[in-house]
Amino acid sequence: MVPYSHRIPEPKVLVSSFRPEGYYSAPGSDVRCPGNEPPHSPSACGMELEEAKELKERCSQCDAISWGLTEEGKYYCTSCHNVTERSKEVINTDIIPNTKIKYISRGLKRKSKFEKGWDWYVCEGFQHILCQQAEALKTLGVAPEVKNEVLHNFWKRYLQKSKQAYCANPVYTSRRKAQVLEDRVHHSDWTNGPELLSDANCTSCLESGAESQSDVPAPKPFPAPKAPQSEAASVCSGSVDGIEYSEWKEKGVVKMTVPGTLALCYLSLLWQRETVTLSDLLRFVEEDHIPYIKAFQSFPEEMKLYGRDKGIFAIESWPDYEEIYKHTIEIATFLDLPRFPDITEDCFLHPNVLCVKYLMEANLPDEMHGLTHQVTKMTGMGDVDSLTFDPIAKAARTVKYDVQAAALIVVVLKLLFLLDDKAEWSLSDLAEVHNEKNKTDKPWFNFRTWYQVMKKSVDEKKLKWEEARAKYMWKSKKPLYFSHIDKSVAYKRREMVVNLQKQFSALANSTPTVEKKSPSSFQFRWAKDDPARPCFHGHSLQGVLLKKGPALVTKNSLYWLSTQKFCRSYCKHVTTYEESNFSLSYQFILNLFSFLLRIKAALLHDEVSLIEKKLFKKKYSEAKKNSRSRKVKR
Amino acid sequence: MTDFSEELTRPGSEDDQVEISAVSGTGMHFPWLQEHLDAVATRGKKKKEFAQTTGACLSFIKEALLKHQWQRAAEYMCSYLQILEDFDSNKRQSATEIVWKLGSEVLFYHPESSTETFNTFADQMKNIGVLNYLKISLQHALYLIHHGMLEEASRNLSQAETWRYGEKSSSQETLINLVQAYKGLLEYFSWSERKMELSKLDKDDYAYSTEARNIVSHSWKTSVNFNALIKTPGVWDPFVKSYVEMLEFSGDRDGARKVLTSYAYDEKFPANPNAHVYLYNFLKREKAPRAKLLSVLKILYQIVPSHKLMLEFHLLLKKSEKEEHRKLGLAVLFGLLDFAGCTRNITAWKHLASYLRQILMQNHLAWVQEEWKSRRNWWPAFHFSYFWAKSDWKEDKDLAYEKALIAGMLLGKGCRYFRYILKQDHQGVKKKIKLMKKSVKKYSIVKPPC
Repeated sequence: MVPYSHRIPEPKVLVSSFRPEGYYSAPGSDVRCPGNEPPHSPSACGMELEEAKELKERCSQCDAISWGLTEEGKYYCTSCHNVTERSKEVINTDIIPNTKIKYISRGLKRKSKFEKGWDWYVCEGFQHILCQQAEALKTLGVAPEVKNEVLHNFWKRYLQKSKQAYCANPVYTSRRKAQVLEDRVHHSDWTNGPELLSDANCTSCLESGAESQSDVPAPKPFPAPKAPQSEAASVCSGSVDGIEYSEWKEKGVVKMTVPGTLALCYLSLLWQRETVTLSDLLRFVEEDHIPYIKAFQSFPEEMKLYGRDKGIFAIESWPDYEEIYKHTIEIATFLDLPRFPDITEDCFLHPNVLCVKYLMEANLPDEMHGLTHQVTKMTGMGDVDSLTFDPIAKAARTVKYDVQAAALIVVVLKLLFLLDDKAEWSLSDLAEVHNEKNKTDKPWFNFRTWYQVMKKSVDEKKLKWEEARAKYMWKSKKPLYFSHIDKSVAYKRREMVVNLQKQFSALANSTPTVEKKSPSSFQFRWAKDDPARPCFHGHSLQGVLLKKGPALVTKNSLYWLSTQKFCRSYCKHVTTYEESNFSLSYQFILNLFSFLLRIKAALLHDEVSLIEKKLFKKKYSEAKKNSRSRKVKR
Repeated sequence: MTDFSEELTRPGSEDDQVEISAVSGTGMHFPWLQEHLDAVATRGKKKKEFAQTTGACLSFIKEALLKHQWQRAAEYMCSYLQILEDFDSNKRQSATEIVWKLGSEVLFYHPESSTETFNTFADQMKNIGVLNYLKISLQHALYLIHHGMLEEASRNLSQAETWRYGEKSSSQETLINLVQAYKGLLEYFSWSERKMELSKLDKDDYAYSTEARNIVSHSWKTSVNFNALIKTPGVWDPFVKSYVEMLEFSGDRDGARKVLTSYAYDEKFPANPNAHVYLYNFLKREKAPRAKLLSVLKILYQIVPSHKLMLEFHLLLKKSEKEEHRKLGLAVLFGLLDFAGCTRNITAWKHLASYLRQILMQNHLAWVQEEWKSRRNWWPAFHFSYFWAKSDWKEDKDLAYEKALIAGMLLGKGCRYFRYILKQDHQGVKKKIKLMKKSVKKYSIVKPPC
């Protein structure tokens, strides 16, 4: 799809006495298989056993000249086990320029002193999370192309655009020189030749699944930190570039974040026109079907996570609809993506289709679909151009498909029942009388009984939802800590919490009440025969429609606008939603749909107002004229 | 229900709350304002949902506890425990206390919980926050005492006693003293059990003297535990009482007197009527001179004029030669009967009746009038109503008789109470009533005898 250039030196095997801190390559160039030893770990073991013959000094304690190397690269006396402060790299000052080596060796020491793990980069972490998320989407039934082709390509493009990999000229040239120098000294066996990455090779990394994640880190895109010496003492991270990444600020670059991974997932779903809306995606995240909150938990054991990584990967909030929506647009524009495939009438995301889904979910009569269809047509919201996402367009904006469909239903409900806390009830009285008299006919839709059923079910569902949220376990099995001083404390605390949890869970109900729900795009199930959850899908709208010639007209001829005047200043909101200003029925319906979509009621209200703006264009322009003429008169 | 987690986590932020309420107190409603203020409080960061859900979890636990749904509470406790891993160390700290309080509550009431579960829970909680170690140890011990495991409790307290963390802070010191005192209380318990056994022995028995000696040495050892706590200001009634008992037993009367005197008179200690009661009882046992007893009771009279010792006080005053004391004796009786709890106290009424007669006989009408002046407008309704006359007569004829006599003396013959009792034509009391009529005629302050 997009041409990539990738000329990156790539390490194959490391046989040297220790690994350099920042060797780099493109992600995906090496596949780490589960169970296999990482390629460099034998050398790490060999390091401990190796005898150091280059040091000829006598031991300060026992006068012997018999030095060994510790894990940290320091010399120790093999006869009395006295560890010196001297380390191997510093001794070799005659070969390498001193300053650069200091930095590199310090980095290594820092790493190996505290944690024996892989050298990994932050973007690898994100790649890992994306991989898991894509895998989860696949198990949810999304086409495998989403992962292997679309998401993979988007990710590669992201790395390239943010100059983290796949580019000919990354920003890290200065560091690279030092690196190369270092390489020459210690790794004579390095295959240093640039290698062209094939697309197929890359795909394999994403294809290989979460466990067989590539371990070869991406190069560092960041200029060397300003004061590494002083910082490194107090600040640390498990990843190689955690500190630099968290301080990385570059104009025009969108930094990847954990919420950003969801935005990327959504972009891929949108590209493939999958039958998943953004609200569905976020709900799956909340229900733990898609890894997000503790996604780092399933990183391989050797990918140690602490210090600054915590700020990058630890998430303590569920994704917010608007936030992810904004992220999506931001990333799409950053990636410079072309126009997305057209959303036509047969697509799931088209209002005609989505409205059916939400009518079913909200237990409303099927006949309403005709009306939503009409409103869609009148407002021009069903147009391919307005529905299709085009990041290159001047004002990149994607439709909130799910919110829009729900708003359409709200508008239709307002057209039919007015929702002024009066009309809908008197219409319900009529329907009730009619249904009493004609028990055999198709029943008229009775707003009151529908309200009663919905109110009860939604309240129950909401309570369950709140309870499940309250019980949510946020903390991962791997505790995160700021620094090594905290490490043992964090682990101890973790252990203690687990013990306490065991104790209390023994006293809790033996049958856990929150069994994991199987994922479903529907949250409610309505059945004709179930008296607890009666179904209104088959009810007719005859009671609220009148025949006028060949056409049907709504009995209710009035309408009120959700927003009289739009905010025209540059603040981003169109209108405000102050609950108490609106009728109770309108509030109920907004709350119902906003609960279904897990969004704020205000967002839905905005969307309703926007649809009304299109539907009653005349009214609004008249109002504008009036106010203008009034102004003139004055 | 107050959100005590908030209270704990925000000790110094009361001004913020005042500000918020001031804003919303103007009668205008700004829904966005609260959000804005919240954002300011969190320095622009959105409140994390972790905090939100653990907060919700806490309220679910509270609800379950209120409804005695122990299983449900345990279920939510499981989730709430993750707050101990909060990245915010302040929150973690305050959470420890909440977890301890709620958790111990659940484990105390849960039908399937056992002492072992409670013990493991307490031991774990002790080690979370060093600051909570002593408090939790103490509460743990109380739990064990509650379950009759005195030895375990004592072992627990000894462990806590020797525990130190860093510099001894003042709060830690009082806690350690308290721990010691509780340990002393436990020892006192075993001591008094032995004393009970001793009392069963024959005094001439050979074993008696050795056992008595043992007990004395035991009490001496135990008293060390109380020493430190009793010196710090506070209300330590059970400790003082048992301490004094042991001191007295071992014959250290001076020591006991010293403890009680300082407990009652030291100005640093909060006013505590029991302190004076203990001292009075001690002095009475010691057969102290009347003046000493009077001075103790005088203070008690000032703190609790309705105390049942006031009758004793009255009797002491009555016997005094000083006129001033005898006058006070009347005031004490009147004061005692001012309280609703004493309205049916027949002894008090009897004392008052006889004392009134005595005083009036001695021509101290002014004393009575002085006391009566402030009570004239409410005592009739409070004590001498028609209703009282009826019910008193029905329940306690002697009481009714005494009250009628006093009513007659204070209010005159026309008083309803007096008239009602007078009208009762009862065989047994005819003589009494006649007497009553006579004395009323003689002593009534309303219509002086002419």
